[in-house]
Amino acid sequence: MKVRIDADLCQGQGRCFSIAPNIFGFDDLGNGVVLGDGELTDETIESARLAQSNCPEHAIFIEE
Amino acid sequence: MTDKPLVQDFASDWDHTDPKWVADPYPIWEDLRKRCPVAHTDRYGGGWFPVTHAGVSAVAKDTEHFTSRTVVIGNGRPGEEDMPAPIGVAPPISSDPPFHAIARRIMLPALSPAAVNALEPQIRALCVELLDKIGDRELINAGSEYSQFISVGVIKQLLGFPPDDEDLFREFVHIVLEGVDHPQEQRIEEFEPIEAYFTKQIEDHQENPRDDLTSYLLNVEIEGQKLAPEHVFGTMVLTLIAGIDTTWSAIASSLWHLSTHPDDLARLVNEPDLMPVAIEEFLRYYAPVTMARLVKEDMQYLGCPMKKDDWILLGFPAANRDPSVFPDAGKFIIDRAENRHLAFGLGIHRCAGSNLARTELRVAVEEFIKRFPRFELSDPGAVTWSIGQVRGARNLPFRILK
Repeated sequence: MKVRIDADLCQGQGRCFSIAPNIFGFDDLGNGVVLGDGELTDETIESARLAQSNCPEHAIFIEE
Repeated sequence: MTDKPLVQDFASDWDHTDPKWVADPYPIWEDLRKRCPVAHTDRYGGGWFPVTHAGVSAVAKDTEHFTSRTVVIGNGRPGEEDMPAPIGVAPPISSDPPFHAIARRIMLPALSPAAVNALEPQIRALCVELLDKIGDRELINAGSEYSQFISVGVIKQLLGFPPDDEDLFREFVHIVLEGVDHPQEQRIEEFEPIEAYFTKQIEDHQENPRDDLTSYLLNVEIEGQKLAPEHVFGTMVLTLIAGIDTTWSAIASSLWHLSTHPDDLARLVNEPDLMPVAIEEFLRYYAPVTMARLVKEDMQYLGCPMKKDDWILLGFPAANRDPSVFPDAGKFIIDRAENRHLAFGLGIHRCAGSNLARTELRVAVEEFIKRFPRFELSDPGAVTWSIGQVRGARNLPFRILK
């Protein structure tokens, strides 16, 4: 499973990197970025999903 | 308040400055959501108010049919002397694409999570100082002795304005946001001291540049060009107005909630790890800000016959209580895990100061409940709320409990 942020949808609401700072970071404008390759493990999948379900812009995608 | 008829039916004659709306808008919105998802008014020259999450989201994201040229409802419309779209009077909030992205890019680094993290110790010190000043009294005012000072202190420092002008800033906020129903000529007159003050600050910064947002705006370049003086002026006014009232309201409303919900207060005191989640629920439930747009051309939209220059009031706080999106939307759930609230708006105009606002709110609540783990309203009838597009508790008489 892989997580990605759609940069066109992200508006820098800042929820993802607050909820899952081990998965998401931010750029110099405050937009969300995926740290590393975005590959999720059994340990990180749950917090990635929680971040996804808190993004007001629906900008986070988790894919097989 | 001006003498005007009280609203009898908010579906056909809404007014966000009506005393009933100011005192408690939520039952009004709930009623509207059931029978009329987009309310209309002839007041302010005509306007619409969508109350559902879907309606608010659609308008917030649609920069093709709506302009942000003016985001605060009034009786007039921007005139020929005002900066036209896509720039508008206070970039970037008043800007439309494509200029919007340029104006926003200038502001975002100054308000990024990294920049705000660096400010946190100062924000905390300010809160502690205010609490020290309040001292060990049984009766305090969490509005006029605490909430109202925090954002004003932060913004003053950000802009590099004189430390003793705080009362003036609150007066400016009051003029811009609460005098919205005054006649247009009176509005113009009321804005004169604001213009004079900012002009003076700009001149002072031109003569004595320093490390603050004002000097940054005066010097920053887009493709080798400095910003137009109107742009600098507009962004400074925006920072002051949007940075003060909003966060002040969020802090005060959150403290009001805790003063009236002892179980939530006890949980937050005993489980400090809950704070980030609780802050999001405060933001959802007491979202202070509604924003306006103007309709660009006559059109049928959300099933309504909208006319050019009609207002649209974006009720983010109403969207946040839409039960089709939030389970138990009318209930404050302090540990609500999934919370896609729209307190900071949606789309390209997401509040540029959201990182700062969230940090101020969290630190202000943290320090307050650390100092006062138990409190209640000492005089519930004396609580007042601000008028207009930014809603928050103002007078908050508390009794500190031992």
